[in-house]
Amino acid sequence: MTRTPQIGFLADGKRLHLQDGPIDLIVEASGSRASMEAAYAAAARRFTGLLDELCGELPLLRQAADPARCLLQGKVARRMHEAVAPFAAGCFITPMAAVAGAVAEEILGVMVQSARLDRAYVNNGGDIALHLANGEQFTVGLADLPDASGLLRTMVVRADDSTRGVATSGRHGRSFSLGIADAVTVLARTASQADAAATIIANAVDLPGHPAITRRPACDLQPDSDLGARLVTRDVGPLSRGEIEDALEAGAASARKLLAAGLIDGGALRLRDEMIVVGTKSVERTGLRPRFRGPAVEGALHV
Amino acid sequence: MLTEPTAADDKIRCDACPVMCYIKPGAAGACDRYANHDGQLVRVDPHILLKRTVSHGGRLVPFQATGDWDGKIVHEPSLFVTAIGAGTTYPDYKPAPFIVSSEIDGVDMVTVVTEGIFSYCGVKVKIDTDRYLGPETATVRAQGEAIGHVTTSEYGSQMLSLGGVHHLTGGSKKEGRVTCDALMDLSNCKPVELTIDGGATVVVQAGHAPVVNGVPEERMRVGCGSATIGMFAKQWHGKVDEVVVVDDHITGVLSEHQAGKLLDIADTGIKMKGRRSTPGRYFQVAEPGTGWGGTRISDPLSVLGPFDAKKARPGMTMLMVSTTGEHAAFYELDEALKPVEKQIPAELQLSVERIQENCEPALCTVLFMAGAGGSLRAGVTDNPVRLTRSVKDALTRVTSGGAPVYVWPGGGITFMVDVTRLPAGAFGYVPTPALVAPIEFTLRLSDYAALGGHMDHVRPLASLKGNTEALQILSPPSAPGARR
Repeated sequence: MTRTPQIGFLADGKRLHLQDGPIDLIVEASGSRASMEAAYAAAARRFTGLLDELCGELPLLRQAADPARCLLQGKVARRMHEAVAPFAAGCFITPMAAVAGAVAEEILGVMVQSARLDRAYVNNGGDIALHLANGEQFTVGLADLPDASGLLRTMVVRADDSTRGVATSGRHGRSFSLGIADAVTVLARTASQADAAATIIANAVDLPGHPAITRRPACDLQPDSDLGARLVTRDVGPLSRGEIEDALEAGAASARKLLAAGLIDGGALRLRDEMIVVGTKSVERTGLRPRFRGPAVEGALHV
Repeated sequence: MLTEPTAADDKIRCDACPVMCYIKPGAAGACDRYANHDGQLVRVDPHILLKRTVSHGGRLVPFQATGDWDGKIVHEPSLFVTAIGAGTTYPDYKPAPFIVSSEIDGVDMVTVVTEGIFSYCGVKVKIDTDRYLGPETATVRAQGEAIGHVTTSEYGSQMLSLGGVHHLTGGSKKEGRVTCDALMDLSNCKPVELTIDGGATVVVQAGHAPVVNGVPEERMRVGCGSATIGMFAKQWHGKVDEVVVVDDHITGVLSEHQAGKLLDIADTGIKMKGRRSTPGRYFQVAEPGTGWGGTRISDPLSVLGPFDAKKARPGMTMLMVSTTGEHAAFYELDEALKPVEKQIPAELQLSVERIQENCEPALCTVLFMAGAGGSLRAGVTDNPVRLTRSVKDALTRVTSGGAPVYVWPGGGITFMVDVTRLPAGAFGYVPTPALVAPIEFTLRLSDYAALGGHMDHVRPLASLKGNTEALQILSPPSAPGARR
C-alpha cells in the first residue's frame, strides 16, 4: 500500500495542515508571499517520509534513553534523545517523550532555512516550535481541556526571549501520563526540550498511593507502549483542596529544579481549578478566564 | 485494511502507517484514527474529524445518502445539506486539537492536550401497549446488561428511558458497549430485544409494533375503560343490560357510569372487585399483566363478585370487553345469577369490532435525545452561548439529519428527534463508547454574523442555487443521531 501524508491548507487558506499516521501538524508562516510559499513547500518536502524515518528506529526510540550515549541515527531521533537525556539519569524516560516537539522543531527548521520569515510556528498537537524575527511576538493561550472554549492564561513570547518551544502534557492527552495533572505547559528554548520537560513535570504532579486515582499498566492499554508495565493514570476521583495543592506543589518543585538547571524558561501547572506558575515573566493573566470553570467544565468536555 | 490477528488476546496490528500499532479491543492506535472493535480494525475518525472540521470552521462536503445523484444540489427547499456521512466523504483529514487553530481574541495559538469524550445521549422509547411491561424504575436490559429503565406510563403506552452517560461510560465496559449498540440499533430503526426486570421481554423497533413476550401487539387501546363506556354507551343501549370494559387503569361499568345513567340504564346488581373511583369507574380490578386490557387475567369473570340478588335477575345479559376489543365475551345470568358464557350476538360483535376499528395501530416510537455542549457550539461560533440563545430565540433552527427536532428549554442545546425521520444509517458510534449523529444549525446570514459566526468560512446556499440567505453550519454532535 502506498502511503503519502495528507498535506493541505485549512479552510482559512493560510494555515497548512500536515498529517501522517499519528502526526498532525498545523503550520503557519508569515512573511512575503514568496517566502511563505517557499517555507510551506519545504515543510511539505521534509514531512514526506519523516514518519517512516522515525519508525525505522522505533524499537530503540521506545527504550529507556541512555544518558551518556546515543545509538540513534536519524536527525529527529537524535534530537529526541538529546531532549530527554538530561532526565535519563534520574528517571525512566524514552526518547518518545520528545517526539512531538522534535518533529515540530524539525519542520520549523527547514522552513526557516528555506525562506526569510517574520514569524512561523509548527504546532504538533499542542507541542509547538516557534520562529520569531526581531521585534515579533506570539501570544500563546493555555487551556487545560481540549474542548474548553475559554483560556486560562495567555503567555506572550517575544523575539528577545530565549523561548522557541512550547509544549503541553497531561493526563487528557493522547499519550499516557504517570501523573494526574490536567495540563502542564512548559516554555523552553526548543520544542523538543519543552516536550520532554512537560512530560517530566506532568508525571511529577501526583499523589502516590492515593485511593481516588485509578492507574493501569500502560501495556494493558497499548501493548506496544514505551512505558511497558508502568502504571499510567486513567481516572482521578474527588480530591480535597489540600491534595490538589500537594500534587501541584510536587510538580512545581520539579519545575523549579528544571528552571534552575536552565532546562526550561517557565511553566504553568494545572490540576482541577488550581494553577501554579513557575518562572515569571511571560505568563500573564488573561481576561478570558471563563465563567464556567469547575463542574461545568465536565459538561463542556462531554459536549 | 490488512490486519494480523495475533495470538492469545484479541489485539490486532494496524498497518495503516509504519508505526504498526498493536491495538487492544476497545482501544485506538496511536493516531486515534483506527481502533479495534471486537477484533476488527475500524476507522473511527470520520465522526470526530467532522466535528473537528466544523470546529476549525472547515469546509464540508454535501453527502448523497443513497441513489444516484441527479446532478442537482439544492432543487427544493426541503432538500438541504446534512451532516450525515459528511465525515466519510471528507479526505483523510484529522486536524490537531481544534482550539489549536481557533483564533481567539488576538491569541495566535493555543496549546492543549488532545481529545474529548462524547457520551451524553440516549433514547426515549414509547411503546403503544396496555400490557404490563414492568414496574416503574425497573431496569431494562439488552443481552443481560442494564441499558436503561422503565419510566412513566403514558396514555395507552409505556415509556422506557435508555442509554445516557451512566450506562455508556459509568458502568462496566460491556455495559457501555451493549448500551451503545442498542442505542445505535434503535436509532437506526433496527429491532432490539429488551428484557425488563420483573416484567416482560419486548422487541422494540421504531415504526413497528412492539412484540411483547413473543406476541406482536396490534392495537393501542381506544381509551381507558371509562372512556370506552362513554364512547360506546349509545351503541350498547337497548342491546345488552350490562357492559364491563376491562382495563388495567380504569375499568368501566355501563350501568353505574354517568353515560349509562344518562341513558336511564337500570342497575344490574353487578359487583366489581377493585377500588371504586367514581361511579362506574374502578381502579385496580386485577394485577397488571399481559392478559385482558393490560391486566393479567384470562377469565374476565374473575374481576366480578357475586351479583346482588335484589337487583339482578336471571336472563340478564352482559358484555365484557377489553379496551382494544381484542378480548370480548358475552354472558347471560342463569337462575342462580351466575354468568354463563354465550355466543356474542351479531349486533354486539359489531360494537366490539367498532372498538377495534377505533384503536390506532400499536407502534414503538424512538426519540433520540442528546445535548450539544460547549465544544460543538464553539465550532459554530466564536461565542457559543450566543448560539444557544439564538436557538432559544428561534432565530436558529436546529435539525438532525434534516429532521425537525425539539429543543429543550433551559441551558445548552438539548434536543430530541424522531429517529424515523432521519435517513437510514444516520447514526454511528465511536468506541468511547458514544453515538455519533448529525446536527445542523440553520440561520440567517445576518444573524450568524451577529452571533459571532465564522464568516470567512461560510458558503451560502445562494452560491449553489437561486437566491436565498440561508446557510448551513454542519456538525455532528458528540453523541447524537437522526433520519429523514
